[in-house]
Amino acid sequence: MALRIDPSHNRFRDIVRGKIKQNLRKYISNGEWLGRKGKDVVSIPVPQIEMPRFHFGDQGQGGVGQGSGKVGDSLGPAEPGEEGKGKAGSEAGNHVLEVELSIQELAEILGEELALPRILPKGKERLITQKDRYIGIRRVGPESLRHFKRTFRQALRRQIMMGNYDPLRPVVVPTREDKRYRSWRTTPMPQSNAVMIFIMDVSGSMGDEQKEIVRIASFWIDTWLRSQYEGLESRFIIHDAAARAVDRDTFFRTRESGGTMISSAYKLCAKMIDDEFPPSEWNIYPFQFSDGDNWSADDTTTCVELLKKEILPKVNLFCYGQVESPYGSGQFVGDLRTAFADNPNVVTTEMENKDDIADSIRAFLGKGK
Amino acid sequence: MPHRKSQLPESLLDIQRAIEEYARGYGLDFWETSFEVLDYKRMQEVAAFGGFPVRYPHWRFGMEFDHLSKSHIYGLSQIYEMVINNNPAYAYLLEGNSMVDQKMVMAHVLGHVDFFKNNYYFSKTNRQMLDNMANHATRIRRHIERHGLDKVEGFIDVCLSLDNLIDPMSPFIVRHEAAQHDEKEQPPVEVPRLRAKSYMEKFINPPEYMSEQRRKLQEEREKPKRNPPEPERDVLLFLLQNAPLESWERDVLDIVRDEAYYFAPQRQTKILNEGWAAYWHSKLMTQKILDASELIDYADHNAGVLAAAPGQFNPYKVGISLLRYVEERWDKGRFGKEWSECDDYDTRRTWDKQLGLGRKKIFEVRKLYNDLTFIDEFFTEDFCYENEFFSFARNASSGNYEIDAREFKKVKSKLLYQLTNFGEPFMLVEDSNYDNRGELLIRHRHEGVDLHLDHSRATLTSLHRVWHRPICLHTVVEGKSRQLRFDGTDHTERAL
Repeated sequence: MALRIDPSHNRFRDIVRGKIKQNLRKYISNGEWLGRKGKDVVSIPVPQIEMPRFHFGDQGQGGVGQGSGKVGDSLGPAEPGEEGKGKAGSEAGNHVLEVELSIQELAEILGEELALPRILPKGKERLITQKDRYIGIRRVGPESLRHFKRTFRQALRRQIMMGNYDPLRPVVVPTREDKRYRSWRTTPMPQSNAVMIFIMDVSGSMGDEQKEIVRIASFWIDTWLRSQYEGLESRFIIHDAAARAVDRDTFFRTRESGGTMISSAYKLCAKMIDDEFPPSEWNIYPFQFSDGDNWSADDTTTCVELLKKEILPKVNLFCYGQVESPYGSGQFVGDLRTAFADNPNVVTTEMENKDDIADSIRAFLGKGK
Repeated sequence: MPHRKSQLPESLLDIQRAIEEYARGYGLDFWETSFEVLDYKRMQEVAAFGGFPVRYPHWRFGMEFDHLSKSHIYGLSQIYEMVINNNPAYAYLLEGNSMVDQKMVMAHVLGHVDFFKNNYYFSKTNRQMLDNMANHATRIRRHIERHGLDKVEGFIDVCLSLDNLIDPMSPFIVRHEAAQHDEKEQPPVEVPRLRAKSYMEKFINPPEYMSEQRRKLQEEREKPKRNPPEPERDVLLFLLQNAPLESWERDVLDIVRDEAYYFAPQRQTKILNEGWAAYWHSKLMTQKILDASELIDYADHNAGVLAAAPGQFNPYKVGISLLRYVEERWDKGRFGKEWSECDDYDTRRTWDKQLGLGRKKIFEVRKLYNDLTFIDEFFTEDFCYENEFFSFARNASSGNYEIDAREFKKVKSKLLYQLTNFGEPFMLVEDSNYDNRGELLIRHRHEGVDLHLDHSRATLTSLHRVWHRPICLHTVVEGKSRQLRFDGTDHTERAL
């Protein structure tokens, strides 16, 4: 049913997704409600746009409530930005509510928001399998797909409406118009294999804040690529002066100190590709994050050599994200840019803070390679 | 009573007539009310439009709809009642609700309609708002067709960021035409002189000085009058009359202002209005309408409406309790000098003069009060303790809201503070030619709490979009007077 509000609703969603009216972006707050879906508690994202007005700054001043309790008793966390001043009336209060979107949906939104082209399946003999999913009901279809319950429900409804349903003699006879059939959608599922190799610098100069940025960026890259490929692998490499392969958990938690030899990581990465992931069968995406403070110029030269000979010929794309840190000199990004200025398969970005993550991901994946 | 082409099924219509009959029996005085049954989607749509079936297109209605449908899908809340302050009144029932719910909603709605019709603060609202809103929609759509969606919507956004700059009391102010004596011949300028003997005159009142003074006074008089002559709270009106707007922009601003004024009394009387309606649905349901089989469901739903989660302020609950408290006091004669001077606990506890004035009193309250005056007058120490009110504030160290006081004075002053001007700052337009440069001076009447500075700067941008000249804001930040200024490109700030 078309509603009068639909254009306004779509408009709102487009604003939230950043397609139009970018000037309102700074007023969007991402609230959350907790809801229930079956037995699971889910978090419902509730984006909200609040136009700026003249109002008081100190909104954490609370209010007046009713009920038992002693002075000093807690009433639960104050939500920053929400200021507990819920609109009265028909709406739900400010329920503090986790993400109900499936990863697939998230990735779709991500795709729209970042305007990413779909990554093309690579490989010669990759099968594209098709998967059918029953997603809805329609009025026509093969008898084998008839939905009995819906059909009879419809018939019952019609009979009640027409007044020829007798509860004492409950006979329900569906006519052709009552029949309901399951409908399906066919989705192609690319079967290509892909591997992401995340490389992170964990030397002393990478602080918690820098790691947080790397973690967020890796998570979204991981999410996006997983939505594109079935059978996706991830590998994690951390390095200071020496490199080692670790599991995901260690990757995000390790903090080490020591110098930085990026070449060690490249050697390990190249070895990993040779041993496990023949480029003829795999889409390979190395993502490297560092503060760009390499130990010596000699090592940087080794790195460039390694990239040129061992890594770049085998991978779809090489992404380097440099996180700004208070200690690092951050030269490495410049070195890479000079060395690979004319190679479109090397993408470099710099991230000063969390706000740059989205741009960085767009740069990495926007190429659709 | 004739019902206009009501869509209501016969069964519900009969119930409506019966409820109306009972309500009249209690003295409620309402307009003809037309109920419409809507499915949940339409209901959410209408609710998103603030109760109106037709509004102009704008994303914020879409946002409201988004929130309502999400909260419906996940069973967080549902819309029970919705009624428009209009003559005849329009109200909506949710399709598929049980009969007991429909009855409760109807009784509740009649309480609201009685309130709309009789409460003083609603007396100046437009009672043909349903048509008016539709006209607004048509006008805005026409502007959109002519000037494009982005442009018009952008300007609506600007207006929305200013829509709290109104004076909710201004419809009640009788203004005398001030301009008359300007036209009259003014008496010649007279410089006050000191008394002196004639031979001392030119020493005590030297002629050069006198003529200098005369010239100054003359200049003062000829100086152009300030615009506005007095600081003005209705900033939107001032802008409408003085800002260099294109005609479509003026029209949009006019519409936004008109709607803001229409909704203002509802914001001013939330507690009293909801309390009044809850009082009457409860009275009508329990004494007249309820069928014995519906009792449990009614009690359950009624308890839901009146529930107050810890830390939450439920206007329905507070309103109905306070009305009942007032009714009891006037029934038992607990008012006047004698009562207030009595400090014997036992006497007070058993005080009952059997006056039976309660009903009359609450009808008077519904006629003359708004939330602020209602709370100010009737929220007493006894009421505060009996109903376990507390005030809460954010504990900076834990980040939690905590109960910070149960003292009557603190609770009441916080409540009154939140109700005064809807808990929003007083902003006045003071000068349209500030610094003699055509800049607009807005003053924040600082009463102890600072403004949100980021949002204030953003609002200055909106004002600039309307005024097209630099905007100055005088306010107080951390105890010091400051001026915030936006000249169209840069925000600057300085001490005053």
